[in-house]
Amino acid sequence: MAKYLVLIYGDEQQWEALTPEEQSANHAGHQTFTSAAGPRIVGGEELEPSSTTTTLRRTSAGDVSVTDGPFLETKEVLGGYYAVEADDLDEVIALARQLPELSMSHNAVEIRPVVDHSTSMP
Amino acid sequence: MDPSSHDVVRAVEEACRREWARVLAATARLTRDLDLAEDCTQEAFTQALQSWPVAGVPDRPGAWLTTVARNRARDALRREARLRTTLPRLVVADVVGAPGDAEPTPAIDDDRLRLIFTCCHPALSREAQVALTLRLLCGLTTADVARAFLVQESTMAARLTRAKRKIATARIPYRVPSPEELPQRLAAVLDVLQLVFTTGHSAPRGADLINSELLDHALGLARVLHDLLPHESEATALLALMLLTDARRASRVSASGELVLLADQDRSRWDSTTIAEGIDLLVGALGQRPPGRYAVQAALAAVHAEAPSWEATDWAEIVALYSVLARLWPSPVVELNRAVAVSMLDGPIAGLAALDRLLDEPALARYGYLDAARGDLLRRLERWNEAAAAYEEALRLTDNDVEQAFLRRRIAEVRTT
Repeated sequence: MAKYLVLIYGDEQQWEALTPEEQSANHAGHQTFTSAAGPRIVGGEELEPSSTTTTLRRTSAGDVSVTDGPFLETKEVLGGYYAVEADDLDEVIALARQLPELSMSHNAVEIRPVVDHSTSMP
Repeated sequence: MDPSSHDVVRAVEEACRREWARVLAATARLTRDLDLAEDCTQEAFTQALQSWPVAGVPDRPGAWLTTVARNRARDALRREARLRTTLPRLVVADVVGAPGDAEPTPAIDDDRLRLIFTCCHPALSREAQVALTLRLLCGLTTADVARAFLVQESTMAARLTRAKRKIATARIPYRVPSPEELPQRLAAVLDVLQLVFTTGHSAPRGADLINSELLDHALGLARVLHDLLPHESEATALLALMLLTDARRASRVSASGELVLLADQDRSRWDSTTIAEGIDLLVGALGQRPPGRYAVQAALAAVHAEAPSWEATDWAEIVALYSVLARLWPSPVVELNRAVAVSMLDGPIAGLAALDRLLDEPALARYGYLDAARGDLLRRLERWNEAAAAYEEALRLTDNDVEQAFLRRRIAEVRTT
């Protein structure tokens, strides 16, 4: 088994413009997804809007600055994620295809393998 | 080296051409690690160079090589397992006998199919798909792959390393896609094979117009796909397209090495056996479902292959087929070919009007065949200066010596007329 992060990106303005019906349809979609994925989901959260982000960055002077806002100023932001365990990439792709965000054209889902430290040399 | 050693070396080279992909694919099934599988495959061929002069060439070289490569792989995995003091999770517990023991052949064929779907997985970039296919399924060296695709060897080496690393760390599976996934996944495989074929058909750079090695590899893999997936009509159609196109290989360059256009080729030199095979396959592919992109392209190649001369070609049929193709596969290159066909059906003015609509197409900005086609139509309209300018532009956009020589002849011709 390997662990993957399934990252859900989309246009924040369009997410905020969802009607209550669309929001509940989206919610239902995630319930379908989580029950389909079952125990393969080992973590996951929806994130608060990107306006609530705080960014830490090393400055040229050598200390760390604390600023308001996300790392990159774009309309498409990370909206939430799942941590999923699966045998291979195809299994994660098949699962992630069911995410309700993929029915909206402004969204994209990114799949990143998580480094497995357990098999490193002792 | 005594004469029999030469025979052995030739037998190893022959086995390398025929068996490389099978041996590698069968080894990859065991290791799930393409780098290790490649190393072990290479070692098996090295071992053959040492063993065969002494023990003789085995009856089934492929089985011998596969057994040696898989035994090497198993040893390597065991060593690695001992180092980690934990059992390797990927070692498959099947028994491999001594070299020469027969392995069931059907499983080896499935291995190659698995390998090609791994190399053409959609999670890899198209460049990586092509590079992996040539390196792992055709056994081309990294330098050869780099040369075919006009990049530095170091760039290609890095691309191959990155792709193999992604297969390993993201766990791109080594398997034939499920029936539901197959159509979409097969499309990527067919695209890659067509790209390899096209690159061999008109080499983008170098002294020769044709890279026969790439053509043969693309044809070989298309045959494997058709043999293993006989009911996938687009795989059948791609093989038909390649055969119908390749049947003209001998007539595309003159005895003195000059480019000969389709219009001027000696049709008696076209390979009628290959054309017949291509048409048989095409008929089979058209018998199933609505025709796909490759079936329409193969049908176009068939109309040309069956025409007694350039002038007597059924241009109405060609234009109609290009219109169908443009709907199935909207692409500026298809529009360009359609415009050329229109010029044959309705005259150069109509053709030029269709071509001029493509001048702002960003995808064709560096596509010299657009300028070459315009040059040809302007030449037929006796607009000499404009024709020369278009040929000059086409000349600027090709690095192939044979194409450059052809364009220089055309420029000289329109300048002196």
